[in-house]
Amino acid sequence: MWIKSGLLPLLLSYVVALVLTVMPIPAMFEPWRPDWISLVLIYWLIAIPHRVGFGTVLILGLLTDILMGTTFGIYATALVVMAYPALRHFQRIRNYSLTQQLLIVGVLILIKRALVYELEHVLNDAVFNWPYFYPVLSSAIIWPWVFLVMRRYRRRYLIR
Amino acid sequence: MKSLFEHGPSLRTRLLLALVVAGSLMFLDHRLQTMQPVRSFLSTATAPVQYLAVLPEEVLDRLVYLATTRSALREDNQRLRDELLELQMAVQRLNFLENENARLRQLLGSDVRAASRRMVAEVVAVATDPFSHQVVINKGYANGVYEGQPVLDNRGIVGQVASVGRTTARVLLISDQSHALSLRAERNDIRVIAKGVGDLNRLELSFIPHSTELQEGDVLMSSGLGGVYPEGYPVAQITAIDRDERLQYAKVEVTPFAQLDRIRTLLLLWPANATETPVFDDEVSDVD
Repeated sequence: MWIKSGLLPLLLSYVVALVLTVMPIPAMFEPWRPDWISLVLIYWLIAIPHRVGFGTVLILGLLTDILMGTTFGIYATALVVMAYPALRHFQRIRNYSLTQQLLIVGVLILIKRALVYELEHVLNDAVFNWPYFYPVLSSAIIWPWVFLVMRRYRRRYLIR
Repeated sequence: MKSLFEHGPSLRTRLLLALVVAGSLMFLDHRLQTMQPVRSFLSTATAPVQYLAVLPEEVLDRLVYLATTRSALREDNQRLRDELLELQMAVQRLNFLENENARLRQLLGSDVRAASRRMVAEVVAVATDPFSHQVVINKGYANGVYEGQPVLDNRGIVGQVASVGRTTARVLLISDQSHALSLRAERNDIRVIAKGVGDLNRLELSFIPHSTELQEGDVLMSSGLGGVYPEGYPVAQITAIDRDERLQYAKVEVTPFAQLDRIRTLLLLWPANATETPVFDDEVSDVD
């Protein structure tokens, strides 16, 4: 069987993102927990778009749905919609400075969160609350470090 | 394989395809409710992620446990012994009262309440989505856990089991926006319905007339109506009543007794009329 280089490290990064998403943290920081899955996905989407595409996004979204206990497909839809601009403009985003990337990541995660809320509202009568959008800020702020760490990780394990 | 030019279906087609897949899954799950077996299978498959997520905490606990000194342990032991003594005395009286109650009920010709069975479960993951308040526990259908099973902690009712995997189960908390339960005031037996509002420390009572006899500080117990929760367990205490006449109903806010934001050890309850029976693990975990 032919396995592309760095498949295991790639899968490992997804598992780490999923674990960080459900890891219990003190209630005070709970609303500020960065959106790890979106961050990791956005990085791979702009770094190796020929390899990580809608299929990966879909599967990861469904796994998130299971972990979060939401209706099947909510996170999948939101992540797919978020992935489209990233895939469409990956060459441009790659060449932006980290500050510009940070803003774009913030907007992408805002889109994702807004869509999740909208779907939850329509399907399960969710009520709007502001804390749900705090992670947009925390994720954007943490993006430069995520980017640098992930780039080193990608180069170290030759994920291409 | 890097290529400057795209090949295969265009990006937009792939987006559409992915959206159709996700959308139809959503339809199947929400409208037709046909995904329960898939959900059950996948939650078994994602259980390792949840166990991995609590691993650091467990390791830390273990380290703290290993680092406790002998004298601290001895003090702890003494304190627990005292507590046990007190509880045993209370239980003696309880046993006596229970027997008496059963006898009196027999005399009156009403059903004798059978004892319920319980099992301790640990929280392994929390759903961090504010739209759904859920926790995942480390017991599943292998232990006899079933959907709709009541879950308590040492202070009061926490929620009910919403879906079950093999070794994990998902508990819907009473503070979830989609959850409501029937309660009874301990003081004057007024029946009320408490709805979750998506806030861990607050429930709301719906349709309370302004002339209600409820007061601040009243304790609300489960009423046993609705068939999910057994009767007589403490649930919440009234913290504020706003009798604003401009509103149609009085606005009553209650605080749950169970500390939903820091639950770790839970109690699964098998009421006497449940068809499932608890299956206990052989091994006993030794860290708290």
